[in-house]
Amino acid sequence: MIFDALQSLLPGLVLKPIGTADRQETILVEADRIVDVCRTLRDGKELGFILLADITAADFWPREPRFEVVYHLASPTARLRLKVMVPGASAHLPTVQGVWPAAGWLEREVWDMFGIEFDGHGDLRRLLMPEDWEGHPLRKDFPVQIRLKTRSSEPLQISEEEFRANLAKDRAARGRGVGQAGH
Amino acid sequence: MTDPDLPVLTTSVEKMVQWARRSSIWPVTFGLACCAIEMMAMSASRYDIARFGAEVFRGSPRQSDLMIVAGRLSRKMAPALRRVYDQMPEPKWVISMGACASIGGVFDNYALVQGVDQIVPVDVYVPGCPPRPESLIYGIVQLQKKIAGQRA
Repeated sequence: MIFDALQSLLPGLVLKPIGTADRQETILVEADRIVDVCRTLRDGKELGFILLADITAADFWPREPRFEVVYHLASPTARLRLKVMVPGASAHLPTVQGVWPAAGWLEREVWDMFGIEFDGHGDLRRLLMPEDWEGHPLRKDFPVQIRLKTRSSEPLQISEEEFRANLAKDRAARGRGVGQAGH
Repeated sequence: MTDPDLPVLTTSVEKMVQWARRSSIWPVTFGLACCAIEMMAMSASRYDIARFGAEVFRGSPRQSDLMIVAGRLSRKMAPALRRVYDQMPEPKWVISMGACASIGGVFDNYALVQGVDQIVPVDVYVPGCPPRPESLIYGIVQLQKKIAGQRA
Protein backbone atom coordinates (compact mmCIF):
# COMPACT_ATOMS: atom_id res chain seq x y z
CA MET A 1 0.00 0.00 0.00
CA ILE A 2 2.79 2.37 0.89
CA PHE A 3 4.62 1.16 -2.17
CA ASP A 4 1.69 1.97 -4.48
CA ALA A 5 1.24 5.43 -2.99
CA LEU A 6 4.94 6.13 -3.38
CA GLN A 7 5.10 4.81 -6.94
CA SER A 8 2.14 6.96 -7.97
CA LEU A 9 3.87 10.05 -6.58
CA LEU A 10 7.17 9.22 -8.30
CA PRO A 11 6.03 7.73 -11.63
CA GLY A 12 9.36 7.60 -13.47
CA LEU A 13 11.23 5.84 -10.68
CA VAL A 14 12.21 2.18 -10.56
CA LEU A 15 11.23 0.96 -7.11
CA LYS A 16 11.17 -2.65 -6.06
CA PRO A 17 9.35 -4.13 -3.09
CA ILE A 18 11.37 -6.97 -1.55
CA GLY A 19 10.28 -9.69 0.80
CA THR A 20 11.86 -9.94 4.22
CA ALA A 21 11.79 -12.63 6.87
CA ASP A 22 9.97 -10.40 9.35
CA ARG A 23 7.35 -9.29 6.75
CA GLN A 24 8.19 -5.66 7.28
CA GLU A 25 7.35 -3.72 4.12
CA THR A 26 10.68 -3.02 2.44
CA ILE A 27 11.49 -1.09 -0.72
CA LEU A 28 14.69 -1.25 -2.71
CA VAL A 29 15.76 2.19 -3.90
CA GLU A 30 18.41 3.31 -6.39
CA ALA A 31 21.30 5.06 -4.68
CA ASP A 32 21.10 8.33 -6.62
CA ARG A 33 17.34 8.73 -5.99
CA ILE A 34 17.36 8.14 -2.24
CA VAL A 35 16.91 11.82 -1.35
CA ASP A 36 13.90 12.24 -3.68
CA VAL A 37 12.31 9.09 -2.31
CA CYS A 38 12.89 10.15 1.29
CA ARG A 39 11.49 13.62 0.71
CA THR A 40 8.40 12.18 -0.96
CA LEU A 41 7.93 9.71 1.87
CA ARG A 42 8.08 12.55 4.38
CA ASP A 43 5.91 15.07 2.54
CA GLY A 44 3.69 12.93 0.33
CA LYS A 45 -0.05 12.84 0.95
CA GLU A 46 -1.06 9.79 3.02
CA LEU A 47 2.60 8.91 3.62
CA GLY A 48 3.97 11.28 6.26
CA PHE A 49 7.08 9.39 7.40
CA ILE A 50 8.17 12.17 9.74
CA LEU A 51 10.57 10.05 11.78
CA LEU A 52 13.86 8.55 10.69
CA ALA A 53 14.34 5.85 13.31
CA ASP A 54 17.69 4.48 12.21
CA ILE A 55 20.21 4.19 9.43
CA THR A 56 22.41 1.17 9.44
CA ALA A 57 24.24 -1.04 6.98
CA ALA A 58 25.25 -4.61 6.33
CA ASP A 59 28.36 -5.91 4.62
CA PHE A 60 27.91 -8.93 2.32
CA TRP A 61 31.56 -9.18 1.31
CA PRO A 62 32.69 -10.73 -1.06
CA ARG A 63 29.34 -10.30 -2.83
CA GLU A 64 29.06 -7.30 -5.15
CA PRO A 65 27.38 -4.83 -4.63
CA ARG A 66 28.90 -5.28 -1.27
CA PHE A 67 26.91 -3.07 1.13
CA GLU A 68 23.24 -2.65 1.87
CA VAL A 69 22.36 0.58 3.63
CA VAL A 70 19.07 0.30 5.49
CA TYR A 71 16.77 3.18 6.47
CA HIS A 72 14.09 2.59 9.09
CA LEU A 73 11.22 5.07 8.82
CA ALA A 74 8.13 5.61 10.91
CA SER A 75 4.96 7.61 10.45
CA PRO A 76 2.21 7.98 13.04
CA THR A 77 0.44 4.97 11.49
CA ALA A 78 3.01 2.87 9.63
CA ARG A 79 6.57 1.71 9.39
CA LEU A 80 8.76 1.27 6.35
CA ARG A 81 12.20 0.02 5.53
CA LEU A 82 14.31 1.23 2.62
CA LYS A 83 17.32 -0.58 1.28
CA VAL A 84 20.03 0.79 -0.97
CA MET A 85 22.71 -1.32 -2.62
CA VAL A 86 26.16 0.26 -2.46
CA PRO A 87 29.16 -1.11 -4.37
CA GLY A 88 32.40 -1.68 -2.49
CA ALA A 89 34.63 0.08 -5.04
CA SER A 90 33.05 3.51 -4.61
CA ALA A 91 31.07 3.30 -1.40
CA HIS A 92 29.18 6.56 -1.25
CA LEU A 93 25.61 7.80 -1.00
CA PRO A 94 23.96 11.22 -0.89
CA THR A 95 23.10 12.40 2.60
CA VAL A 96 19.45 12.62 3.72
CA GLN A 97 20.21 15.26 6.33
CA GLY A 98 18.17 17.74 4.29
CA VAL A 99 15.09 15.58 4.85
CA TRP A 100 15.62 14.50 8.44
CA PRO A 101 18.32 16.35 10.44
CA ALA A 102 18.54 13.23 12.64
CA ALA A 103 20.44 11.55 9.81
CA GLY A 104 23.63 13.38 10.76
CA TRP A 105 24.72 11.16 13.64
CA LEU A 106 23.39 7.98 12.04
CA GLU A 107 25.34 8.57 8.86
CA ARG A 108 28.43 9.33 10.92
CA GLU A 109 28.03 5.97 12.62
CA VAL A 110 27.61 4.15 9.30
CA TRP A 111 30.72 5.86 7.94
CA ASP A 112 32.66 5.07 11.12
CA MET A 113 31.73 1.39 11.08
CA PHE A 114 31.51 0.62 7.33
CA GLY A 115 33.40 3.40 5.57
CA ILE A 116 30.44 4.40 3.40
CA GLU A 117 30.81 8.07 2.55
CA PHE A 118 27.78 10.34 2.63
CA ASP A 119 28.16 13.12 0.04
CA GLY A 120 27.24 16.53 1.40
CA HIS A 121 27.31 15.44 5.03
CA GLY A 122 29.85 18.06 6.08
CA ASP A 123 30.83 16.56 9.43
CA LEU A 124 31.87 12.99 8.72
CA ARG A 125 34.01 12.36 11.81
CA ARG A 126 34.52 9.27 13.95
CA LEU A 127 31.64 8.72 16.28
CA LEU A 128 32.25 5.47 18.18
CA MET A 129 35.88 4.68 17.42
CA PRO A 130 38.83 6.80 18.62
CA GLU A 131 39.48 9.77 16.38
CA ASP A 132 42.80 8.47 15.05
CA TRP A 133 41.45 4.98 14.27
CA GLU A 134 42.36 3.40 10.95
CA GLY A 135 39.89 1.22 9.09
CA HIS A 136 36.20 0.50 9.49
CA PRO A 137 35.63 -2.34 11.95
CA LEU A 138 32.25 -3.69 10.82
CA ARG A 139 33.57 -4.50 7.36
CA LYS A 140 33.82 -8.24 6.98
CA ASP A 141 37.46 -8.04 5.89
CA PHE A 142 38.50 -6.04 8.97
CA PRO A 143 40.81 -8.07 11.24
CA VAL A 144 38.73 -8.48 14.40
CA GLN A 145 41.40 -9.86 16.71
CA ILE A 146 44.15 -7.39 15.92
CA ARG A 147 46.53 -6.58 18.72
CA LEU A 148 47.16 -2.85 18.82
CA LYS A 149 49.24 -1.01 21.34
CA THR A 150 46.94 0.56 23.91
CA ARG A 151 47.16 4.29 24.30
CA SER A 152 46.98 5.50 27.89
CA SER A 153 46.97 9.20 27.16
CA GLU A 154 45.49 11.53 24.61
CA PRO A 155 46.96 14.76 23.26
CA LEU A 156 46.13 17.95 25.09
CA GLN A 157 43.06 19.63 23.72
CA ILE A 158 44.10 23.15 24.72
CA SER A 159 47.49 24.87 24.60
CA GLU A 160 49.40 25.77 27.75
CA GLU A 161 48.65 29.48 27.25
CA GLU A 162 44.92 28.78 27.03
CA PHE A 163 45.12 26.61 30.13
CA ARG A 164 46.89 29.37 32.12
CA ALA A 165 44.44 32.00 30.88
CA ASN A 166 41.51 29.82 31.97
CA LEU A 167 43.15 29.27 35.35
CA ALA A 168 43.70 33.00 35.88
CA LYS A 169 40.12 33.75 34.86
CA ASP A 170 38.84 31.10 37.23
CA ARG A 171 40.93 32.42 40.12
CA ALA A 172 39.79 35.98 39.48
CA ALA A 173 36.14 34.89 39.43
CA ARG A 174 36.63 32.89 42.63
CA GLY A 175 38.37 35.79 44.31
CA ARG A 176 35.40 38.02 43.56
CA GLY A 177 33.02 35.38 44.91
CA VAL A 178 34.90 35.12 48.22
CA GLY A 179 35.03 38.90 48.53
CA GLN A 180 31.29 39.20 48.07
CA ALA A 181 30.64 36.41 50.55
CA GLY A 182 32.86 38.13 53.13
CA HIS A 183 30.90 41.40 53.12
CA MET B 1 50.68 -5.49 73.58
CA THR B 2 47.96 -5.04 76.13
CA ASP B 3 48.18 -4.67 79.85
CA PRO B 4 44.81 -5.48 81.42
CA ASP B 5 45.43 -3.04 84.27
CA LEU B 6 46.28 -0.04 82.09
CA PRO B 7 43.84 1.63 79.62
CA VAL B 8 46.70 2.00 77.13
CA LEU B 9 47.72 0.27 73.88
CA THR B 10 51.21 0.48 72.50
CA THR B 11 52.01 0.06 68.83
CA SER B 12 54.35 1.37 66.16
CA VAL B 13 53.53 4.36 63.96
CA GLU B 14 53.79 2.12 60.93
CA LYS B 15 51.18 -0.30 62.22
CA MET B 16 48.97 2.60 63.16
CA VAL B 17 49.19 4.10 59.66
CA GLN B 18 48.59 0.74 58.00
CA TRP B 19 45.56 0.20 60.21
CA ALA B 20 44.19 3.64 59.35
CA ARG B 21 44.71 3.15 55.61
CA ARG B 22 43.22 -0.30 55.33
CA SER B 23 40.24 0.43 57.58
CA SER B 24 38.94 3.30 55.50
CA ILE B 25 39.33 2.51 51.81
CA TRP B 26 37.34 4.95 49.70
CA PRO B 27 36.72 3.63 46.19
CA VAL B 28 36.27 5.94 43.24
CA THR B 29 33.10 5.36 41.22
CA PHE B 30 34.34 3.67 38.07
CA GLY B 31 31.70 1.22 36.89
CA LEU B 32 32.12 0.33 33.22
CA ALA B 33 29.72 -2.55 32.58
CA CYS B 34 27.67 -5.31 34.21
CA CYS B 35 30.34 -5.82 36.88
CA ALA B 36 29.34 -2.40 38.18
CA ILE B 37 25.91 -3.79 39.10
CA GLU B 38 27.59 -6.34 41.35
CA MET B 39 29.82 -3.59 42.73
CA MET B 40 26.74 -1.53 43.60
CA ALA B 41 25.13 -4.59 45.19
CA MET B 42 28.27 -5.00 47.26
CA SER B 43 27.99 -1.48 48.59
CA ALA B 44 24.23 -1.67 49.21
CA SER B 45 22.36 -3.03 52.19
CA ARG B 46 22.37 -6.75 51.41
CA TYR B 47 26.14 -7.22 51.28
CA ASP B 48 27.08 -3.99 53.03
CA ILE B 49 30.75 -3.33 52.43
CA ALA B 50 30.59 -0.84 55.31
CA ARG B 51 31.35 -3.82 57.54
CA PHE B 52 34.87 -3.70 56.12
CA GLY B 53 35.19 0.08 56.13
CA ALA B 54 35.13 0.62 52.37
CA GLU B 55 31.63 1.87 51.70
CA VAL B 56 32.24 5.51 50.82
CA PHE B 57 32.13 5.59 47.02
CA ARG B 58 33.39 8.94 45.80
CA GLY B 59 32.51 10.72 42.59
CA SER B 60 35.85 12.51 42.68
CA PRO B 61 39.22 10.80 42.24
CA ARG B 62 40.76 13.46 44.50
CA GLN B 63 39.02 11.94 47.51
CA SER B 64 39.59 8.28 46.70
CA ASP B 65 42.32 5.74 47.31
CA LEU B 66 40.93 2.69 45.52
CA MET B 67 39.85 2.27 41.92
CA ILE B 68 37.67 -0.75 41.20
CA VAL B 69 37.77 -1.20 37.44
CA ALA B 70 34.39 -2.88 37.06
CA GLY B 71 33.89 -4.06 33.51
CA ARG B 72 35.37 -4.09 30.03
CA LEU B 73 37.58 -1.16 29.15
CA SER B 74 37.41 0.08 25.58
CA ARG B 75 40.44 1.55 23.86
CA LYS B 76 38.65 4.85 23.65
CA MET B 77 38.02 4.87 27.40
CA ALA B 78 41.60 3.90 28.32
CA PRO B 79 43.06 7.46 28.38
CA ALA B 80 40.15 8.59 30.57
CA LEU B 81 40.76 5.72 33.00
CA ARG B 82 44.42 6.60 33.21
CA ARG B 83 43.56 10.25 33.78
CA VAL B 84 41.23 9.41 36.67
CA TYR B 85 43.93 7.17 38.14
CA ASP B 86 46.53 9.93 37.85
CA GLN B 87 44.20 12.32 39.66
CA MET B 88 43.95 10.09 42.72
CA PRO B 89 46.30 11.06 45.58
CA GLU B 90 48.89 8.58 46.84
CA PRO B 91 48.67 6.01 48.33
CA LYS B 92 46.30 4.39 45.85
CA TRP B 93 45.32 0.89 44.85
CA VAL B 94 43.53 -0.75 41.93
CA ILE B 95 41.25 -3.77 41.88
CA SER B 96 40.63 -5.33 38.47
CA MET B 97 37.13 -6.74 38.76
CA GLY B 98 36.00 -9.58 36.53
CA ALA B 99 37.29 -11.38 33.46
CA CYS B 100 37.02 -8.43 31.05
CA ALA B 101 38.98 -5.97 33.16
CA SER B 102 41.62 -8.60 33.92
CA ILE B 103 42.27 -10.14 30.48
CA GLY B 104 39.60 -8.89 28.09
CA GLY B 105 37.16 -11.71 28.85
CA VAL B 106 35.13 -12.97 25.92
CA PHE B 107 35.80 -9.75 24.02
CA ASP B 108 38.95 -10.79 22.19
CA ASN B 109 38.64 -8.00 19.65
CA TYR B 110 39.97 -4.72 18.35
CA ALA B 111 37.81 -2.48 20.50
CA LEU B 112 38.79 -3.56 24.00
CA VAL B 113 41.91 -3.34 26.12
CA GLN B 114 43.03 -6.89 26.86
CA GLY B 115 43.65 -6.33 30.54
CA VAL B 116 43.65 -3.03 32.42
CA ASP B 117 47.14 -3.79 33.74
CA GLN B 118 48.31 -2.33 30.41
CA ILE B 119 47.00 1.03 31.65
CA VAL B 120 47.26 1.07 35.45
CA PRO B 121 49.13 -1.09 38.00
CA VAL B 122 46.70 -3.64 39.44
CA ASP B 123 46.93 -4.86 43.05
CA VAL B 124 44.17 -7.46 43.19
CA TYR B 125 42.47 -9.37 40.37
CA VAL B 126 38.95 -10.61 41.15
CA PRO B 127 37.90 -13.47 38.84
CA GLY B 128 34.33 -14.07 37.73
CA CYS B 129 31.91 -13.05 35.00
CA PRO B 130 30.71 -11.06 36.78
CA PRO B 131 32.12 -11.81 40.24
CA ARG B 132 29.51 -12.13 42.93
CA PRO B 133 29.54 -9.38 45.57
CA GLU B 134 31.08 -11.86 48.02
CA SER B 135 34.01 -12.32 45.62
CA LEU B 136 34.59 -8.62 45.45
CA ILE B 137 34.40 -8.31 49.23
CA TYR B 138 36.99 -11.08 49.40
CA GLY B 139 39.11 -9.07 46.95
CA ILE B 140 38.86 -5.99 49.15
CA VAL B 141 39.81 -8.03 52.24
CA GLN B 142 42.81 -9.36 50.29
CA LEU B 143 43.74 -5.79 49.47
CA GLN B 144 43.46 -4.86 53.14
CA LYS B 145 45.87 -7.69 53.96
CA LYS B 146 48.21 -6.38 51.30
CA ILE B 147 48.05 -2.86 52.71
CA ALA B 148 48.74 -4.23 56.19
CA GLY B 149 51.99 -5.67 54.86
CA GLN B 150 53.12 -2.57 52.98
CA ARG B 151 55.69 -0.15 54.43
CA ALA B 152 53.90 2.99 55.53
